[in-house]
Amino acid sequence: MIAVWAPLLLPFLAAPLARRLADALSPRAAAWTLAGSAAVLAGGALCSLGLLAAAGLLQLPPVAALGHLSLPWLTAAAPSAPLAAAVAALALAALTALAVRTARRHHHDLRTARAALPAEDTRRPPRHLLTPPDHRLTVLDDERADAFALPGRLHRGEPGRIVVTAGMLRALSGPERAALLAHERAHLTGRHHLFLALAEHAADIHPALRQLRTPLGYHLERWADEVAAARVGDRTVTARAVGRAALAANRAPSPARPKLAAAAHTGPVPRRVAALLQPRPTATRTRLRPVALALAACLALSTAATLEATADLHRTVEAAQHNDGHVER
Amino acid sequence: MSDVPSARRPAGELEAEVLAALWSARHPMTPQDVQAALGGDLARTTIATILARLHDKGTVERTRAGRAYAYTPTVQDTAGLAARRMHTELGREADRSTVLARFVSDLSTEDEQLLRALLGDGTA
Repeated sequence: MIAVWAPLLLPFLAAPLARRLADALSPRAAAWTLAGSAAVLAGGALCSLGLLAAAGLLQLPPVAALGHLSLPWLTAAAPSAPLAAAVAALALAALTALAVRTARRHHHDLRTARAALPAEDTRRPPRHLLTPPDHRLTVLDDERADAFALPGRLHRGEPGRIVVTAGMLRALSGPERAALLAHERAHLTGRHHLFLALAEHAADIHPALRQLRTPLGYHLERWADEVAAARVGDRTVTARAVGRAALAANRAPSPARPKLAAAAHTGPVPRRVAALLQPRPTATRTRLRPVALALAACLALSTAATLEATADLHRTVEAAQHNDGHVER
Repeated sequence: MSDVPSARRPAGELEAEVLAALWSARHPMTPQDVQAALGGDLARTTIATILARLHDKGTVERTRAGRAYAYTPTVQDTAGLAARRMHTELGREADRSTVLARFVSDLSTEDEQLLRALLGDGTA
């Protein structure tokens, strides 16, 4: 029964490892590492809670009767199971509420953004599945500089949209505008909003996974920056696009953008610009190996522990059924 | 898709760049003006074709300017209002979800100074 607790504790160890590894990887690999770790660790934690709740459920008399389980044997074998199960069930209920809240907030934000935009041209021809999506540019007639990628709705076959204000376009030169558009297009083709949504849900499931959200957001921006730099074929132009966009957005802070308190640390935008002003990054493999191995071990351990805990529960059920039969005979 | 004589890039990307150039200017632009604003390697005929296509869709309006047409983006009456509404609606909650990946995040004072130093000028 120790195995069931491991996936609940491993995120505290694995999340800092994933962050360290991500900082040394290329942006794309970093984003996949962070999102993959978050998914595996959150999944393991959820399974553990489910198994704990199930183990306690077996000791409810109706459930035991239905499964032909020996209740005295179960109570003797796992006396603390009902207490753990009650806590796990409460946690699962709270997590369900959190997940619903997060999903609703995402839905609300996307719907607000879509409702505010001019209606999409519906005359577009039906798109073949294999042709790359045509991400349309929508310009908002607003002097405040802002730009974002609005993901499309998959079930409607709707492509994503690039939303940019006129103020942002006026702050940039021609090649810089091309870099901005390529950056937003990279977010849409890479479906980066799914990475972000996954990280938010994982953070809801386990508190240790909260620290993965900010680095994931940063590495997704870096990923899109690198795609844009390759697309326009000029790292300096892309760096200038990011830098000038940030300065333009900062110049006329709208009430919508809560000003950051002056922070002592370096914010994400200067780091992105500095990274673009350097040659294309290559991962420093040798120094990474211990961290990568430790993270892989954590993820494997979490998965193995989940499997072992599931097998353990299965064995408990079989043993309880076996003992029930003996009592009747 | 293949009716625009584009060099490598899909038609949608070129349309977006041309539209962005029109929006960045405060005056009507001829294909030649757009070509200069893009600063790229696109042929003027390509740009004229894209502008004509955007005009067909109603995305841009055009007026005669000598031998060529001059184009301006179509401003929908509701677009500006809609933009302001979205800003206030999305900005109201302090812990707004991260699902809309914004191009740039906020800068602290130190960030701004560092950024200007990195870009190597005070013009940006």
